[in-house]
Amino acid sequence: MARKLLLENINVPGIHSFDVYRQNGGYRSVEKALKTMTPEAVVEEVKTSGLRGRGGAGFPTGMKWSFLAKPEGRERYLVCNADESEPGTFKDRYLMTHIPHLLIEGMIVASFALGAKTSYIYVRGEMMPQIRILERAIAEAKNAGFLGKNILGSGYDLELYVHPGGGAYICGEETALIESLEGKRGNPRIKPPFPAISGVWACPTVVNNVETIAAVVPIINDGGEGYAQVGIGRSTGTKLISASGNLNKPGVYEIELGLPVEEFIYSDEYCGGIANGKKLKAVVAGGSSVPILPANLILNTINGQPRLMSYESLADGGFQTGSMLGSGGFIAFDEDQCIVRNTWNFSRFYHHESCGQCSPCREGTGWMEKVLHRLEYGHGKMSDIDLLVDVSKKIEGNTICPLGDAAAWPVASAIRHFRDEFEWHVTHPKEALERNYGIANYANPLPKFEEVVGQN
Amino acid sequence: MLSVTEHKEIEFSSELVKQFDEIVTRYPQGKQKSALLPVLHLVQAEYGWVSPEAMDKVADYLQIKPIEVYEVATFYTMFFLRPQGKYVLEVCRTGPCCLVGAEKIMAHIEKTLGVKEGEITQDGMFSWRGVECLAACGMAPVLQIGPEYTFYENLTEESVDKLIETLRNKL
Repeated sequence: MARKLLLENINVPGIHSFDVYRQNGGYRSVEKALKTMTPEAVVEEVKTSGLRGRGGAGFPTGMKWSFLAKPEGRERYLVCNADESEPGTFKDRYLMTHIPHLLIEGMIVASFALGAKTSYIYVRGEMMPQIRILERAIAEAKNAGFLGKNILGSGYDLELYVHPGGGAYICGEETALIESLEGKRGNPRIKPPFPAISGVWACPTVVNNVETIAAVVPIINDGGEGYAQVGIGRSTGTKLISASGNLNKPGVYEIELGLPVEEFIYSDEYCGGIANGKKLKAVVAGGSSVPILPANLILNTINGQPRLMSYESLADGGFQTGSMLGSGGFIAFDEDQCIVRNTWNFSRFYHHESCGQCSPCREGTGWMEKVLHRLEYGHGKMSDIDLLVDVSKKIEGNTICPLGDAAAWPVASAIRHFRDEFEWHVTHPKEALERNYGIANYANPLPKFEEVVGQN
Repeated sequence: MLSVTEHKEIEFSSELVKQFDEIVTRYPQGKQKSALLPVLHLVQAEYGWVSPEAMDKVADYLQIKPIEVYEVATFYTMFFLRPQGKYVLEVCRTGPCCLVGAEKIMAHIEKTLGVKEGEITQDGMFSWRGVECLAACGMAPVLQIGPEYTFYENLTEESVDKLIETLRNKL
């Protein structure tokens, strides 16, 4: 069995309650940090651990924390990003539902490290059941003296609140989340100033993902060096992977970073292979925003190395032949799935969720959706395919926040790897309405690197 | 757009206002506008939708301009700006759910209820709509029903029939 750092006790009956969680070693990291460490020492441990943001960007957490401005007489805030909305990602829901105290424990230690006296957990509005679970857990922790005034006699005070969102994907972007927490529309802010200098109510603010905050607990318990020994290279520790799509056993898995992708898909310990005995056609490895890869390129890199579940290995080959670990939303497509239809579906998502602030994203996502719709429904032209590439390039890099990039990459990568399927939709419009293109050559041995680069 | 019904003054119940008061304490003094989203959720849970009158009242309560409430209520997709059925079935229509049959489930709901997306059944019991990713892709296809936002997972046509039947017979 692989090492588990977050979900080790997930199957203990009653682990959602304070008493059972505490009996199983819960809140040790709060005792250790508040009684034996300075806030700076906690930040140093997190730096040593090599922990990288688990929400998708993979930015080193310790470094993010060390950027936090500490002006005299100004409040500082820690906000947990629990606005989980990236298609394919449901790990935070799982963690908050089953082991809420892990998040609360991490919030206390992280707030202590940052010197925050009030912290918020911004939970997406649809997760009302999880909001109630967290509120109950917060009350239990407060009752036991782990929240409120003078925690464990350390002189440190902390209040923790849950704030519900309103069902907007964009609020997962940290400055949009801050706007939303202030009671406004979720329009991302222009950076700089970064939240570390001016965040919620113009005060220095750190925003971290649920899983990132939870990972602080094993880091403090085992030490930063202990955590860094798990994983591979600069991808330290474990990662929660949300597996969905046409798999035998979809669900949330905690993996040690560096696990081969092939093992993750096919071994019985994890996803148990493709459902209904079908073949794997493609994978979106890190949530809908990252480039889609055909089966051959997800299992092996273009150089013939086995692809691993790590930040570096999944990005191996850049955007030509690689992808990203992202938020760990692992979506598997079987041989019967239509890439054009799925790309249209994702485009509709980004069009729907664009906040409307930047023209390239607001207009471009709409055009991509329309063009993809006509390709899928048999009214496409051959020139539409290049038109889509053109639109995606005009969105990418030209917007305030990364939603524009996130909308452009799935379209660009689908055309890069599955152009023949798009062309077939144009040349066989009637047939494309009745059947799918199938697996074609996407699971065949890899072409030579030069050929792939040459085509693009 | 905001005036779909005749304008009628409404009064929030004292229990509701008590809940608002508690929420406001979570934010620093003078930052009561932050309570807007949680307050709107409570209003929708109480009335089934967020009416223009209710928005004006919320603005009064939080001491902000009505436009500050309108712009937020129209931005966030969870808030209904028109009356809905008693039960609103919100089916996830994004990629991972569609890989395992969400489109069939939506077609089945449309057929079973006999109303199009966004419309209300004649008895006022149901309306339905497709929504974007609900972060439950491993249990797909899924739907949710407010105001509790209970989840129904791994949907089949049979389980949807059963769910609708159960809700119909509930008092």
